[in-house]
Amino acid sequence: MLNVLIGVGILVSAFLSIRESRLLVTALWLALTSALVSWLMFRMGAAEVAVVELSVGAGLVTVIFVFAINIAGDEALGSQPLLPRPLAWVAVVLAGVMLAWMVLPAMQAPEFLTGLEETSSLHGYFKRVLWHDRSVDVILQAVLMFAGVLTVLGLLTDDPFATGKEESHDLQSH
Amino acid sequence: MIFNLINVVVVVTVGLVGIAIYGMLVSRNLMKIVVGLQLAVKAAMLAFILSGRLNGKIDEAQSLALTVIVTDTVVAVVALALVVQVRRKFGTLDIKAISTLRR
Repeated sequence: MLNVLIGVGILVSAFLSIRESRLLVTALWLALTSALVSWLMFRMGAAEVAVVELSVGAGLVTVIFVFAINIAGDEALGSQPLLPRPLAWVAVVLAGVMLAWMVLPAMQAPEFLTGLEETSSLHGYFKRVLWHDRSVDVILQAVLMFAGVLTVLGLLTDDPFATGKEESHDLQSH
Repeated sequence: MIFNLINVVVVVTVGLVGIAIYGMLVSRNLMKIVVGLQLAVKAAMLAFILSGRLNGKIDEAQSLALTVIVTDTVVAVVALALVVQVRRKFGTLDIKAISTLRR
C-alpha cells in the first residue's frame, strides 16, 4: 500500500510541476518528485543511488533551479500552448503504447522471475562494480563535472571581449 | 498481487515519461522544458533500477543510475545557464517569441 501511495505521490507532484504557472513552485514540486523517486529506489533495494538522488536530485538541482529563477526572473506567459493539447495527448498515448509494447512481453520471460529470486543474494557488491567494473564511467563522470563547471562559468560571466568590442566601436564612431 | 512493487514502478515510469513528454510539448517556458527533461531522466533512472532488480544485477543498475544522475545534473546546470543567457539576450523565456526573433 505504501508503494502505491509513493507512486501516486510521484505522478501527482510531477504533473503539478508541469501545470504550475509560478516557476519557484514548479522547482519545489520537482524537488518533491525527486525525493519520492529516491524513496521508491530505496524500497527497490538501491539504497546507494537513492541517497545520491536525494542529495543531488532533490537538493543540488533544486538549489540551482532557484538560483537560475532568481537571475532570470519569473515570467507569466500566455496560456496558449506551443502545440495543440489534443496533439500532445496523442503523442503521450503513442509513447505509452510503444513502451508497453516493448516492456510488457519482456516482463513475462521466465528468466526475470528467477532473477527476482536471486536479487537478495547478489546485493552488496556496489562498490566493487562501481570502482572496478565501471571505472571508465567514474572517470567520465569526473570529466563531465569539470566540463559542466567550466561551461557554467563561461556562460554566467559577462563576456569581457564583447563589451570591449562594443566600446571600441563606440570610440571609432565618435 | 496487482499492487506489488514491480507493477507500481512500471506504472510510475510510464506515467513519468508521459508527463515529461506532455510538458515538453505543451510548455512555452524554457525553464519548464528543462523541468520536463528532468522528469524524463527520473523515469529512465527508475527503469534502470527496475531492470537491475528484475535481472538480479541491482549493483550494476545502481552504477549506471549513478552515471545518469551525474550526467543529468551537468545537463540541467548547462541548460539553466543557457536559459539565463537567453533571458539576458532576448528578454523573454517564451520559445515562441525567441523563434519569431530568429526569422
